[in-house]
Amino acid sequence: MVIYGTALLAFCMLVGLVIGQLLGITLGVGKNVGGVGIAMLLLIVLSDWLRRRDRLPVPTQQGVLFWSSIYIPIVVAMAASQNVVKAASGGWLALVAGVATVLACLALVPVLSRIGSNAADPTDSPPGDKA
Amino acid sequence: MNCLPDWQAMLLSKHSLVVLLEKNSLITALFMVGAILWVSSVISRKLTRGRIHASAIAIFMGLALAYLGGMMTGGEKGLADVPLLAGIGLLGGSMFRDLAIVATAFGVRLQEFIATGLSGIISLMLGIFVSFLIGGLVAYAFGYRDAESITTIGAGAATYIVGPVTGTALAASSEVIALSVAAGLVKSILVMILTPFVATRIGLDNPRSALIFGGLMGTTSGVAAGLAATDEKLVPYGAMTATFYTGLGCLLGPSLIFMIVQWFV
Repeated sequence: MVIYGTALLAFCMLVGLVIGQLLGITLGVGKNVGGVGIAMLLLIVLSDWLRRRDRLPVPTQQGVLFWSSIYIPIVVAMAASQNVVKAASGGWLALVAGVATVLACLALVPVLSRIGSNAADPTDSPPGDKA
Repeated sequence: MNCLPDWQAMLLSKHSLVVLLEKNSLITALFMVGAILWVSSVISRKLTRGRIHASAIAIFMGLALAYLGGMMTGGEKGLADVPLLAGIGLLGGSMFRDLAIVATAFGVRLQEFIATGLSGIISLMLGIFVSFLIGGLVAYAFGYRDAESITTIGAGAATYIVGPVTGTALAASSEVIALSVAAGLVKSILVMILTPFVATRIGLDNPRSALIFGGLMGTTSGVAAGLAATDEKLVPYGAMTATFYTGLGCLLGPSLIFMIVQWFV
Protein backbone atom coordinates (compact mmCIF):
# COMPACT_ATOMS: atom_id res chain seq x y z
CA MET A 1 0.00 0.00 0.00
CA VAL A 2 1.20 3.45 -0.96
CA ILE A 3 0.34 4.90 2.43
CA TYR A 4 2.89 2.60 4.12
CA GLY A 5 5.65 4.44 2.29
CA THR A 6 4.29 7.86 3.19
CA ALA A 7 3.77 6.73 6.78
CA LEU A 8 7.37 5.49 6.90
CA LEU A 9 8.51 8.89 5.65
CA ALA A 10 6.34 10.69 8.21
CA PHE A 11 7.62 8.43 10.98
CA CYS A 12 11.25 9.19 10.10
CA MET A 13 10.57 12.92 9.98
CA LEU A 14 8.79 12.94 13.34
CA VAL A 15 11.46 10.86 15.08
CA GLY A 16 14.17 13.07 13.56
CA LEU A 17 12.44 16.26 14.68
CA VAL A 18 11.98 14.92 18.22
CA ILE A 19 15.67 13.98 18.47
CA GLY A 20 16.64 17.35 16.98
CA GLN A 21 14.46 19.14 19.51
CA LEU A 22 15.95 17.16 22.41
CA LEU A 23 19.42 17.95 21.07
CA GLY A 24 18.48 21.63 20.93
CA ILE A 25 17.24 21.58 24.52
CA THR A 26 20.35 19.73 25.71
CA LEU A 27 22.60 22.27 24.02
CA GLY A 28 20.54 25.13 25.40
CA VAL A 29 19.55 26.45 21.95
CA GLY A 30 15.91 27.30 21.40
CA LYS A 31 16.11 25.67 17.98
CA ASN A 32 15.88 22.22 16.46
CA VAL A 33 19.41 20.97 15.82
CA GLY A 34 19.64 18.82 12.71
CA GLY A 35 16.23 17.19 13.05
CA VAL A 36 15.75 16.95 9.31
CA GLY A 37 19.26 15.58 8.82
CA ILE A 38 18.67 12.91 11.46
CA ALA A 39 15.35 12.03 9.78
CA MET A 40 17.19 11.60 6.48
CA LEU A 41 19.72 9.22 8.04
CA LEU A 42 16.89 7.28 9.65
CA LEU A 43 15.05 6.95 6.33
CA ILE A 44 18.22 5.74 4.62
CA VAL A 45 18.88 3.11 7.30
CA LEU A 46 15.27 1.93 7.61
CA SER A 47 14.59 1.70 3.89
CA ASP A 48 17.88 -0.15 3.36
CA TRP A 49 16.94 -2.61 6.12
CA LEU A 50 13.45 -3.14 4.67
CA ARG A 51 14.82 -3.56 1.16
CA ARG A 52 17.24 -6.25 2.26
CA ARG A 53 14.42 -8.16 3.95
CA ASP A 54 12.30 -7.77 0.84
CA ARG A 55 9.71 -5.74 2.72
CA LEU A 56 9.73 -2.74 0.40
CA PRO A 57 7.34 -3.46 -2.50
CA VAL A 58 6.91 -0.97 -5.33
CA PRO A 59 3.68 0.64 -4.00
CA THR A 60 5.39 1.37 -0.68
CA GLN A 61 8.30 2.98 -2.51
CA GLN A 62 5.89 5.12 -4.50
CA GLY A 63 4.56 6.55 -1.26
CA VAL A 64 8.00 8.02 -0.58
CA LEU A 65 8.98 8.78 -4.17
CA PHE A 66 5.93 10.97 -4.71
CA TRP A 67 7.18 13.35 -2.03
CA SER A 68 10.70 13.49 -3.36
CA SER A 69 9.38 14.12 -6.87
CA ILE A 70 7.18 16.98 -5.61
CA TYR A 71 10.29 18.55 -4.09
CA ILE A 72 10.91 21.16 -6.78
CA PRO A 73 7.31 22.48 -6.83
CA ILE A 74 7.50 22.80 -3.05
CA VAL A 75 10.76 24.71 -3.36
CA VAL A 76 9.15 27.03 -5.91
CA ALA A 77 6.29 27.67 -3.46
CA MET A 78 8.92 28.30 -0.78
CA ALA A 79 10.66 30.85 -3.01
CA ALA A 80 7.30 32.54 -3.66
CA SER A 81 6.71 32.96 0.07
CA GLN A 82 10.06 34.52 0.94
CA ASN A 83 10.26 38.01 2.36
CA VAL A 84 11.99 39.41 -0.73
CA VAL A 85 10.81 42.96 -0.06
CA LYS A 86 12.56 43.00 3.30
CA ALA A 87 15.76 41.59 1.78
CA ALA A 88 15.67 44.35 -0.82
CA SER A 89 14.98 47.05 1.76
CA GLY A 90 17.82 46.20 4.16
CA GLY A 91 20.04 48.82 2.57
CA TRP A 92 23.70 48.60 1.65
CA LEU A 93 24.89 46.93 4.83
CA ALA A 94 22.57 43.93 4.39
CA LEU A 95 23.36 43.71 0.70
CA VAL A 96 27.14 43.91 1.13
CA ALA A 97 27.12 41.46 4.07
CA GLY A 98 24.97 38.98 2.16
CA VAL A 99 26.87 39.19 -1.12
CA ALA A 100 30.34 39.07 0.48
CA THR A 101 29.43 36.06 2.62
CA VAL A 102 27.96 34.10 -0.27
CA LEU A 103 30.96 34.79 -2.52
CA ALA A 104 33.45 33.81 0.20
CA CYS A 105 31.60 30.59 1.01
CA LEU A 106 31.22 29.67 -2.66
CA ALA A 107 34.95 30.20 -3.09
CA LEU A 108 35.62 27.80 -0.23
CA VAL A 109 33.67 24.92 -1.81
CA PRO A 110 36.47 23.80 -4.18
CA VAL A 111 39.10 24.41 -1.47
CA LEU A 112 37.38 22.08 0.99
CA SER A 113 36.51 19.57 -1.73
CA ARG A 114 40.22 19.19 -2.44
CA ILE A 115 41.19 18.64 1.18
CA GLY A 116 40.85 15.00 2.11
CA SER A 117 40.05 13.75 -1.36
CA ASN A 118 43.15 11.86 -2.46
CA ALA A 119 42.21 11.97 -6.11
CA ALA A 120 44.06 14.95 -7.55
CA ASP A 121 41.71 16.90 -9.74
CA PRO A 122 43.53 18.96 -12.35
CA THR A 123 40.35 20.65 -13.51
CA ASP A 124 40.09 22.82 -10.41
CA SER A 125 39.72 26.39 -11.50
CA PRO A 126 39.89 29.44 -9.29
CA PRO A 127 36.50 30.14 -7.72
CA GLY A 128 34.52 32.71 -9.59
CA ASP A 129 32.84 35.95 -8.81
CA LYS A 130 30.59 35.53 -11.81
CA ALA A 131 27.27 37.01 -10.84
CA MET B 1 -29.31 36.57 -23.59
CA ASN B 2 -31.39 36.55 -20.48
CA CYS B 3 -30.86 32.90 -19.76
CA LEU B 4 -27.07 33.37 -19.50
CA PRO B 5 -25.79 33.66 -15.94
CA ASP B 6 -24.44 37.03 -14.92
CA TRP B 7 -20.74 36.15 -14.96
CA GLN B 8 -19.51 39.50 -13.79
CA ALA B 9 -21.72 39.48 -10.74
CA MET B 10 -20.72 35.92 -10.01
CA LEU B 11 -17.03 36.73 -10.14
CA LEU B 12 -17.35 39.75 -7.91
CA SER B 13 -19.86 38.32 -5.49
CA LYS B 14 -18.34 37.60 -2.12
CA HIS B 15 -19.82 34.11 -2.08
CA SER B 16 -18.54 32.86 -5.35
CA LEU B 17 -15.35 32.17 -7.18
CA VAL B 18 -12.86 34.05 -5.03
CA VAL B 19 -14.22 32.53 -1.85
CA LEU B 20 -14.19 29.11 -3.47
CA LEU B 21 -10.52 29.48 -4.37
CA GLU B 22 -9.66 30.83 -0.92
CA LYS B 23 -11.40 27.91 0.75
CA ASN B 24 -9.38 25.48 -1.33
CA SER B 25 -6.18 27.47 -1.02
CA LEU B 26 -3.82 24.49 -1.02
CA ILE B 27 -5.37 23.22 -4.25
CA THR B 28 -5.14 26.71 -5.74
CA ALA B 29 -1.48 26.75 -4.75
CA LEU B 30 -0.82 23.36 -6.37
CA PHE B 31 -2.35 24.64 -9.60
CA MET B 32 -0.45 27.92 -9.38
CA VAL B 33 2.91 26.21 -8.85
CA GLY B 34 2.17 23.80 -11.66
CA ALA B 35 1.46 26.75 -13.93
CA ILE B 36 4.69 28.50 -12.88
CA LEU B 37 6.70 25.34 -13.64
CA TRP B 38 5.00 24.91 -16.99
CA VAL B 39 5.71 28.50 -18.04
CA SER B 40 9.30 28.07 -16.84
CA SER B 41 9.81 24.93 -18.85
CA VAL B 42 8.53 26.70 -21.97
CA ILE B 43 10.87 29.65 -21.31
CA SER B 44 13.73 27.26 -20.67
CA ARG B 45 13.19 25.38 -23.92
CA LYS B 46 12.19 28.21 -26.25
CA LEU B 47 14.14 31.20 -24.97
CA THR B 48 17.29 29.66 -23.53
CA ARG B 49 17.33 26.45 -25.60
CA GLY B 50 17.55 24.43 -22.40
CA ARG B 51 20.68 26.19 -21.19
CA ILE B 52 18.99 27.50 -18.05
CA HIS B 53 17.23 24.83 -15.99
CA ALA B 54 13.44 25.16 -15.88
CA SER B 55 13.57 24.85 -12.10
CA ALA B 56 16.05 27.74 -11.85
CA ILE B 57 13.67 29.92 -13.86
CA ALA B 58 10.71 28.76 -11.74
CA ILE B 59 12.53 29.61 -8.52
CA PHE B 60 13.45 33.02 -9.88
CA MET B 61 9.83 33.59 -10.92
CA GLY B 62 8.75 32.54 -7.44
CA LEU B 63 11.06 35.14 -5.90
CA ALA B 64 9.86 37.84 -8.30
CA LEU B 65 6.24 37.00 -7.43
CA ALA B 66 7.16 37.06 -3.74
CA TYR B 67 8.46 40.59 -4.25
CA LEU B 68 5.22 41.60 -5.99
CA GLY B 69 3.14 39.97 -3.28
CA GLY B 70 5.13 41.71 -0.57
CA MET B 71 4.72 45.08 -2.28
CA MET B 72 0.99 44.55 -2.74
CA THR B 73 0.18 43.39 0.78
CA GLY B 74 3.01 44.76 2.92
CA GLY B 75 3.24 41.33 4.52
CA GLU B 76 6.22 39.12 5.28
CA LYS B 77 5.36 35.97 3.37
CA GLY B 78 5.56 37.20 -0.20
CA LEU B 79 2.87 35.86 -2.49
CA ALA B 80 1.40 33.82 0.38
CA ASP B 81 0.03 37.01 1.95
CA VAL B 82 -2.39 37.44 -0.93
CA PRO B 83 -5.49 35.73 0.58
CA LEU B 84 -6.24 33.89 -2.62
CA LEU B 85 -2.76 32.36 -2.59
CA ALA B 86 -2.38 31.62 1.11
CA GLY B 87 -1.92 27.97 0.16
CA ILE B 88 1.48 28.86 -1.31
CA GLY B 89 2.61 29.55 2.24
CA LEU B 90 1.42 26.14 3.41
CA LEU B 91 2.86 24.29 0.43
CA GLY B 92 6.18 26.14 0.66
CA GLY B 93 6.27 26.26 4.45
CA SER B 94 8.75 24.33 6.54
CA MET B 95 6.41 21.37 7.14
CA PHE B 96 6.09 20.24 3.52
CA ARG B 97 9.56 21.46 2.62
CA ASP B 98 11.18 19.34 5.29
CA LEU B 99 9.07 16.30 4.39
CA ALA B 100 10.15 16.62 0.77
CA ILE B 101 13.79 17.10 1.78
CA VAL B 102 13.69 13.95 3.91
CA ALA B 103 12.07 12.08 1.02
CA THR B 104 14.98 12.98 -1.27
CA ALA B 105 17.22 10.87 0.96
CA PHE B 106 15.28 7.77 -0.11
CA GLY B 107 17.55 5.56 -2.17
CA VAL B 108 20.74 7.31 -1.12
CA ARG B 109 23.48 4.97 0.12
CA LEU B 110 24.58 5.32 3.70
CA GLN B 111 28.23 4.77 2.75
CA GLU B 112 28.20 7.94 0.67
CA PHE B 113 27.35 9.94 3.76
CA ILE B 114 29.80 8.20 6.05
CA ALA B 115 32.64 8.59 3.56
CA THR B 116 32.17 12.35 3.54
CA GLY B 117 31.24 12.71 7.19
CA LEU B 118 34.38 14.51 8.31
CA SER B 119 34.42 17.06 5.49
CA GLY B 120 30.78 17.73 6.28
CA ILE B 121 31.63 18.64 9.87
CA ILE B 122 34.61 20.77 8.79
CA SER B 123 32.49 22.59 6.22
CA LEU B 124 29.82 23.32 8.85
CA MET B 125 32.30 24.82 11.29
CA LEU B 126 34.14 26.78 8.61
CA GLY B 127 30.86 27.98 7.09
CA ILE B 128 29.62 29.35 10.40
CA PHE B 129 32.89 31.05 11.32
CA VAL B 130 33.47 32.57 7.88
CA SER B 131 29.90 33.95 7.79
CA PHE B 132 30.27 35.53 11.23
CA LEU B 133 33.70 36.88 10.28
CA ILE B 134 32.58 38.52 7.04
CA GLY B 135 29.26 39.75 8.41
CA GLY B 136 31.11 41.17 11.42
CA LEU B 137 33.74 42.88 9.25
CA VAL B 138 31.04 44.49 7.11
CA ALA B 139 29.28 45.69 10.28
CA TYR B 140 32.59 47.17 11.48
CA ALA B 141 33.15 48.84 8.11
CA PHE B 142 29.69 50.42 8.37
CA GLY B 143 30.61 51.95 11.71
CA TYR B 144 29.38 49.51 14.30
CA ARG B 145 31.87 49.23 17.15
CA ASP B 146 30.10 47.32 19.95
CA ALA B 147 30.53 43.56 20.19
CA GLU B 148 26.77 42.94 20.45
CA SER B 149 25.93 44.62 17.12
CA ILE B 150 28.93 43.16 15.29
CA THR B 151 28.08 39.63 16.47
CA THR B 152 24.39 40.01 15.62
CA ILE B 153 25.03 41.23 12.07
CA GLY B 154 27.62 38.46 11.68
CA ALA B 155 24.96 36.02 12.86
CA GLY B 156 22.58 37.38 10.22
CA ALA B 157 25.22 36.64 7.60
CA ALA B 158 25.01 33.01 8.80
CA THR B 159 21.22 32.66 8.40
CA TYR B 160 18.20 34.89 8.94
CA ILE B 161 17.28 32.73 11.94
CA VAL B 162 20.69 32.77 13.64
CA GLY B 163 20.64 36.59 13.38
CA PRO B 164 17.56 37.37 15.49
CA VAL B 165 18.23 34.47 17.90
CA THR B 166 21.75 35.77 18.59
CA GLY B 167 20.61 39.39 18.65
CA THR B 168 17.90 38.65 21.18
CA ALA B 169 20.27 36.67 23.38
CA LEU B 170 22.78 39.55 23.34
CA ALA B 171 20.08 42.24 23.74
CA ALA B 172 21.11 43.98 20.52
CA SER B 173 19.00 46.89 19.28
CA SER B 174 15.95 46.10 17.16
CA GLU B 175 17.45 48.07 14.28
CA VAL B 176 20.52 45.81 14.28
CA ILE B 177 18.35 42.69 14.53
CA ALA B 178 16.30 43.87 11.53
CA LEU B 179 19.54 44.39 9.59
CA SER B 180 20.73 40.91 10.49
CA VAL B 181 17.48 39.39 9.18
CA ALA B 182 17.83 41.39 5.96
CA ALA B 183 21.44 40.23 5.50
CA GLY B 184 20.35 36.62 6.01
CA LEU B 185 17.54 36.99 3.49
CA VAL B 186 19.92 38.49 0.92
CA LYS B 187 22.23 35.51 1.46
CA SER B 188 19.46 32.95 1.11
CA ILE B 189 18.03 34.50 -2.06
CA LEU B 190 21.47 34.93 -3.57
CA VAL B 191 22.32 31.27 -2.97
CA MET B 192 19.07 30.30 -4.74
CA ILE B 193 19.86 32.41 -7.79
CA LEU B 194 23.65 32.13 -8.01
CA THR B 195 24.22 28.42 -7.39
CA PRO B 196 23.21 27.05 -10.82
CA PHE B 197 25.45 29.63 -12.52
CA VAL B 198 28.61 28.97 -10.52
CA ALA B 199 28.10 25.22 -10.01
CA THR B 200 30.58 24.06 -12.65
CA ARG B 201 33.22 26.61 -11.66
CA ILE B 202 33.22 25.47 -8.04
CA GLY B 203 33.03 21.77 -8.94
CA LEU B 204 29.54 21.32 -7.54
CA ASP B 205 28.74 18.14 -9.45
CA ASN B 206 29.15 15.27 -6.98
CA PRO B 207 27.70 14.21 -3.62
CA ARG B 208 30.87 15.12 -1.75
CA SER B 209 31.04 18.73 -2.94
CA ALA B 210 27.26 19.07 -2.45
CA LEU B 211 27.67 18.02 1.18
CA ILE B 212 30.44 20.58 1.64
CA PHE B 213 28.37 23.22 -0.16
CA GLY B 214 25.46 22.63 2.22
CA GLY B 215 27.68 22.98 5.25
CA LEU B 216 29.38 26.14 4.01
CA MET B 217 26.19 27.92 2.91
CA GLY B 218 23.96 26.77 5.73
CA THR B 219 20.75 28.45 4.63
CA THR B 220 18.37 25.51 4.21
CA SER B 221 16.05 27.34 1.85
CA GLY B 222 18.94 28.72 -0.21
CA VAL B 223 20.68 25.35 -0.44
CA ALA B 224 17.42 23.49 -1.13
CA ALA B 225 16.52 25.78 -4.01
CA GLY B 226 20.06 26.32 -5.29
CA LEU B 227 20.73 22.59 -5.61
CA ALA B 228 17.27 21.93 -7.06
CA ALA B 229 18.10 24.39 -9.81
CA THR B 230 21.51 22.80 -10.37
CA ASP B 231 21.03 19.04 -10.14
CA GLU B 232 18.22 17.41 -8.23
CA LYS B 233 20.37 14.40 -7.39
CA LEU B 234 22.60 16.55 -5.19
CA VAL B 235 19.77 17.83 -3.00
CA PRO B 236 19.90 15.23 -0.18
CA TYR B 237 23.63 15.73 0.36
CA GLY B 238 23.55 19.50 0.62
CA ALA B 239 20.34 19.53 2.65
CA MET B 240 21.78 17.04 5.12
CA THR B 241 24.57 19.31 6.33
CA ALA B 242 22.60 22.53 5.94
CA THR B 243 19.95 21.37 8.40
CA PHE B 244 22.57 21.27 11.16
CA TYR B 245 23.85 24.75 10.43
CA THR B 246 21.17 26.97 11.95
CA GLY B 247 21.10 25.02 15.22
CA LEU B 248 24.89 25.12 15.51
CA GLY B 249 24.95 28.80 14.60
CA CYS B 250 22.42 29.59 17.34
CA LEU B 251 24.62 27.65 19.75
CA LEU B 252 27.96 29.25 18.82
CA GLY B 253 26.80 32.81 18.05
CA PRO B 254 25.85 34.16 21.47
CA SER B 255 28.55 32.12 23.22
CA LEU B 256 31.93 31.32 21.69
CA ILE B 257 31.77 33.75 18.77
CA PHE B 258 30.52 36.62 20.94
CA MET B 259 33.47 36.01 23.28
CA ILE B 260 35.91 36.11 20.36
CA VAL B 261 34.37 39.34 19.05
CA GLN B 262 34.50 40.90 22.52
CA TRP B 263 38.17 40.03 22.73
CA PHE B 264 38.87 41.84 19.45
CA VAL B 265 36.77 44.95 20.09
